[in-house]
Amino acid sequence: MAKITKVINEAEGIKSVFLEKRIDAKPGQFVMVWIPRMDEKPFAIGYMENDSFGLTVAAVGPFSNKFCSMQPGDAVGIRGPYGTSYNLGNCKKVVMVGGGYGSASLALLAQDARKKGIDVIFIAGSRTKTRVIYEDRIKKITGKLIITTDDGSYGIKGRVTDAFEDILKKEKINKVFACGPEMMLKKVADICTAKKVDCEISIERWLKCAYGLCGHCCMDPLGIRACIEGPVINAKLAEQLTEFGNYHRVKSSRKEKIHV
Amino acid sequence: MVDISTSICNVRLTNPTILASGIVGVSGSALVFAARNGAGAVVSKSIGPREREGHNNPVLAEFEGGFVNAVGLPNSGVENTMDEIRFAVRNSPSPVIASIFGGTKEEFGIVAERISAAAPPLIEVNLSCPNTTTDFGLPFALCAPDAAKIIEIVKNNTKIPIIAKLAPNVPDIKEIAKAVAEAGCDAISAINTTPGMVIDVETAKPVLHNKEGGVSGPAIKPVAVKCVYDIYEAVDVPIIGIGGVTYGKDAIEMVMAGACAAQIGTGIYYRGIEIFKKVSREVEEFLLQHGYSKLKDVIGIAHKE
Repeated sequence: MAKITKVINEAEGIKSVFLEKRIDAKPGQFVMVWIPRMDEKPFAIGYMENDSFGLTVAAVGPFSNKFCSMQPGDAVGIRGPYGTSYNLGNCKKVVMVGGGYGSASLALLAQDARKKGIDVIFIAGSRTKTRVIYEDRIKKITGKLIITTDDGSYGIKGRVTDAFEDILKKEKINKVFACGPEMMLKKVADICTAKKVDCEISIERWLKCAYGLCGHCCMDPLGIRACIEGPVINAKLAEQLTEFGNYHRVKSSRKEKIHV
Repeated sequence: MVDISTSICNVRLTNPTILASGIVGVSGSALVFAARNGAGAVVSKSIGPREREGHNNPVLAEFEGGFVNAVGLPNSGVENTMDEIRFAVRNSPSPVIASIFGGTKEEFGIVAERISAAAPPLIEVNLSCPNTTTDFGLPFALCAPDAAKIIEIVKNNTKIPIIAKLAPNVPDIKEIAKAVAEAGCDAISAINTTPGMVIDVETAKPVLHNKEGGVSGPAIKPVAVKCVYDIYEAVDVPIIGIGGVTYGKDAIEMVMAGACAAQIGTGIYYRGIEIFKKVSREVEEFLLQHGYSKLKDVIGIAHKE
């Protein structure tokens, strides 16, 4: 069990919960959070400090609401880190596209990129002004941040993918990293495929065991597991997945159409 | 070169490693994924009559000898799963075995009849899931007349050869094996996981959401070997050994006890999805080093005085 050290408000309905545990994780990896007698869910690591780490959580269901309402001193079970991570390679200039709380794992990656002297253009999209997260944090890391909101209440009005397409037209970019809602990921992957720009995305599926055993997160038609071969996969691989941007499997394993 | 091929009810396997039910094989593509990684055959996750969500997480609890699991038989129901099995049958380089379960004896027959339309070369009848007792009561495999009745019903509803999957936690597994063999099962697989629990001592709470589950992994291998050994003495049908097979020598041990093939599940956590290729290679090396020309020569040799 790991103790909660602090909880910070990131935006309306989005909090970051910090846990007292040293964790050796790479950007893009996730941990499983256990609330005894309730459930256990995966969360991407959003902050890494010396003896603690932070998870950015949107309160959307019973589990995330409970987790967000916890106080310093409360404890949850933590196992991990699990899964694949982003690969910066020898890039000179990269773009990061974050949708909503998808910016969490990318903020960590941006830190690593700046340490390596890589230029980062960070584009963060939100539904509306009150849902914008990490503004000061990312500006501090990268020096510049492009914000888009669907309703135009803050930053550029429109989809994050439109702002992304504009950047690709203007700048010479070595690689793109994206994390957020699946339809956004699909759009980013499609744009990168068309422009022949290397791209990695972080794909989300219903995870049960995270040990690579239960098979619940296997993706069609290759059967690769989101918890072991993912969550970070190259866009070329993602484009081979017929279910990418199309459907996912619910708790029973029945297929369900993806809308966002 | 040594011959590590084997067969179950005239279905030929190029090697004796089989993906165990409940592990990875949720979808058709997941089964093909395991087959492409070297599994000599693949068993689907158990398919029931209707959609089931299974238990909340955690569904697996790790301990030093393996795992305790209570996934709770999630599946999308036989109608939704037909296409998954069809996809696997069409695309898998190795034979596909459909695993079925039911909440009642009659439901086993219904699922067997429906899934047969997807034409898997073999059907495994899961009589022994230990983590759904809240919904279904104790596993049918704990009671010889119940197990036999289900086998009889399934046989009446399919022409495909069937494998009865047995539980280890019975007073005399020979009695159960004889009952299902007399009822007409074409093969027996043993063992399913055996009941267990892991408690988190910091919170004083069972780790699994379902509290109890089934133990898998190296801890149950000797239990499985004895069950296979006993079943081999009791009946004449082919046996598939399951329980803790992680290395080639474990598979050999199962075969010497009387199995013609060995299923692998938990081992994937220890050695990756490539475990099927690794174990096959190790089986081949063992046979070569010990002067055997084929795997079939080793089946049941531990019974010789």
